[in-house]
Amino acid sequence: MGLNPRGKLLLSLTALLALLSVVGFMTLNVQSDWGFIMEYRGSRLLGMLLVAITMGLATVVFQTVTHNRILTPSLMGFDVLYVLVHSLALLVWGAEQSTNWPIELRFIVEVAAMVAIALLLFRLLFTGSVRGLHVLILLGMVGGLLFRELADLALRIFDPSEFSIQQGSGVANFNRINLKLLWIGLVGVGLCSTLLFHFRRQLDVLSLGRDVAINLGIPYIKTITLLMLAISVLISISTALVGPLLFFGLLMANLAYWLTGSHQHRWTLPASVLAGIVCLVGGQVVFEHLLSSGLPLAMVIELCGGVLFIVLLLRGVKQ
Amino acid sequence: MIEARGLSKKYHDTLVLKDVSLKISKGGLTSIIGPNGAGKSTLLSMISRLTPMSAGTVEIDGLDVTRTPGHELAKRLSILRQHNESTLRLTVRDLVAFGRFPHSRGRLTAEDQQHIDEAIHYLELGEYQNRHLDELSGGQRQRAYVAMVMSQNTDYVLLDEPLNNIDMRHAVGMMQLLRRAADEKGKSVVVVLHDINFASCYSDHIIAMRGGQLAYQGTPEQIIRSDVLSDLYDIPTSVHELNGQRICMYFRELI
Amino acid sequence: MNSSPIKHHTVSWLIALTLLVFVLSVISLNVGASRMNLLHLFTQPDDRITQLLFVSRWPRTLALILAGASLAVAGLILQMMARNRLVEPSMVGTVDAAALGVLLCAIVAPGMALWLKFGVATAFSVTGTLLFLTVLKRIPLRSALIVPLVGLVLAGVIHAVSGLLAHQFELSQALRSWNSGDFSAVLRGRYELLWVAAGIMLLAAFLADRFTVIGMGKDFATNVGVNYQGLTAFGVLLVSMIVASTVVIAGALPFIGLIVPNLVRLITGDNLRRAIPLVALAGSALMLAADLLGRVLIHPYEIPSANILAISGSLVFLIILLRGRKQWA
Repeated sequence: MGLNPRGKLLLSLTALLALLSVVGFMTLNVQSDWGFIMEYRGSRLLGMLLVAITMGLATVVFQTVTHNRILTPSLMGFDVLYVLVHSLALLVWGAEQSTNWPIELRFIVEVAAMVAIALLLFRLLFTGSVRGLHVLILLGMVGGLLFRELADLALRIFDPSEFSIQQGSGVANFNRINLKLLWIGLVGVGLCSTLLFHFRRQLDVLSLGRDVAINLGIPYIKTITLLMLAISVLISISTALVGPLLFFGLLMANLAYWLTGSHQHRWTLPASVLAGIVCLVGGQVVFEHLLSSGLPLAMVIELCGGVLFIVLLLRGVKQ
Repeated sequence: MIEARGLSKKYHDTLVLKDVSLKISKGGLTSIIGPNGAGKSTLLSMISRLTPMSAGTVEIDGLDVTRTPGHELAKRLSILRQHNESTLRLTVRDLVAFGRFPHSRGRLTAEDQQHIDEAIHYLELGEYQNRHLDELSGGQRQRAYVAMVMSQNTDYVLLDEPLNNIDMRHAVGMMQLLRRAADEKGKSVVVVLHDINFASCYSDHIIAMRGGQLAYQGTPEQIIRSDVLSDLYDIPTSVHELNGQRICMYFRELI
Repeated sequence: MNSSPIKHHTVSWLIALTLLVFVLSVISLNVGASRMNLLHLFTQPDDRITQLLFVSRWPRTLALILAGASLAVAGLILQMMARNRLVEPSMVGTVDAAALGVLLCAIVAPGMALWLKFGVATAFSVTGTLLFLTVLKRIPLRSALIVPLVGLVLAGVIHAVSGLLAHQFELSQALRSWNSGDFSAVLRGRYELLWVAAGIMLLAAFLADRFTVIGMGKDFATNVGVNYQGLTAFGVLLVSMIVASTVVIAGALPFIGLIVPNLVRLITGDNLRRAIPLVALAGSALMLAADLLGRVLIHPYEIPSANILAISGSLVFLIILLRGRKQWA
């Protein structure tokens, strides 16, 4: 079961474009010495690559697990959940005077809390009889709204005078990547993506639906829990690095399906990552060097994703 | 042998299955019949571990379904539910190949390919095998899913209302196929059926359920009888023997 | 059907809610950054105190009552027009479109008069609401849940456009304050626009029966001789004007239009004529309570009412969704 010629061509083109974007990002308009460029641009590039990987993989896997192509972890409020955990954690760190803990350790604790909450919510949702897709999306969107407002409230109560400064981090920004978390993020992404790629065949089976998957011998609850764990970690990393991205994952996953024309995860998983790299790194190159425009890339991508969502909804409902 | 002991299922506060114990012996074709809400599908999906039971146990050849690893069971028992809606654009062959997953974990061997070819041939899907599922008619899609279950090549094959939404000709074709699977390949086939006449003409054994409980069980001669069926469905029925087959009439009340 | 028990029921609720609004208003007049309460007015009357009362506290309390009541009624009418219990102006793009209008005013002519700003914001929210209703019409309504879903995403897309524009013109901070409404900046001379909203609310109450009919659907409305198209257009205008006035004065105040009608519905059912007075009063009470909570929680700082409304509103929404899930799924 290989890829059809069209898929092969498009996927190779995307890979080429991704490569060009990366090279362009590192070499265009270089004005200072290489050491500095490597450090400055290299770390930003690494950050963007990590975001591309996390969002692409997390969304494709999530859509497989939930058997749909509209729902994404971000729409279900996973990233805002991390913001909430992070805000609450700030409260705790502040009170405990334990800010001398290394930032990596604090991040790991936050991610663990986030994973625990996400799994709990997921169990509540999926072991109950909520199977309707629309209920899930709505629960997620309104839950996301609730988390966001709670995070807001926590920040205001935590430090009302500095609220406006803190709030800046509530919107994704690729020019302000949290570089302190790059290395721990790299480790997390490495582990999770290895795991997910290892599960590619099980994922293919899962996409046939719960009953068929169980019939074919997949330990359903165990597998789903493991996958959701990986998704929670990936989303935490992405959100910690650049902030919440509502529609980016949706855009990447659907690009991946369209590019490959395949249902097989050994193709769609890498395709989503490549598409993400082209959009993020390539978009940054175009905006920064070719257009020299200050337009925030994150917002433009989000806008495109939002429009795509409406289109999908209109098309999906019509069937 | 499939052996269920004290099976119960509770949804919220309503008991949909009450303390059902039964044995389905190896080989042959067993039909489960009964009015709506009798618990037929619930029973089938608990036997096949799709739905967790509230109480009771199920053993397949001595293996407890809740404790045996999923991939072990998947080599012995396969289940096909009524609704198999996938959003995926899969070809028929792709789908049938998934039936080999329990055996080869996704890496298809030459033996797997042989099983896939056989299943496709068995369900006469040869000319459609490279078509996408969404381009097929309802009956063809149903057959593709049955082919997947066949390529899984398990001793026990459970199907929940496989005749739903298919026309007379395909319904007969489907039942003949299941009969052949039982006769030629020695499989134990268990089907939930709504049409009692199909159950009458094709089964070796019939299980009749009502209100979440076992009402009757036995051979078609014992179950397809006017008194039994009238009691089971709570309408007047009459059973006639036509060309050696027992046919139940219930369409219009005779005055 | 015997309606007299329901009537009695409604009357006692009316009295209870009126009392509640009164009590909350008195508390609202007494709470603020400076230590002043109504008693001082009698025990140690002086100019400074009356000044404070009439320039700041009184306008604020009045603004809260008017905005809460009119937004709750706007939500109710929108629900009738969308024929869906799970929508409200902030969930369908009406509010975000109004904020976009205000943003454009700030970009094009920063010093624009309040009334003009109101006009622009109204035009935008009419467009936003119509966009929502048009998209809705193109979707065959199979699930009640698709309606708020479409609305939320539309609102999100309009929000994204505003965000992009605000970023370009360095108005992000201002947009954020429009998007999270509060009444801390309401003083005498800066809230009177809300009387317009209150007037519209009264007009809506007058047309209550017709909006009930609209809620029964187009065929039903046409059958009983109501001009569906015309009345829907008028309803869109009413809702948009209410929303635009509150956005211009205080900013976005989410979820009042969702929480209140759904709660009142439990008391009176779906007859608008009976429901509208209760909805208005309960809206005022909720708005007052949210504002009070925001004022006292981290005194002397304030939490915007929008924040508190959004938290309680999304909680209520989740409860409705989970309780009714058998019905939705």
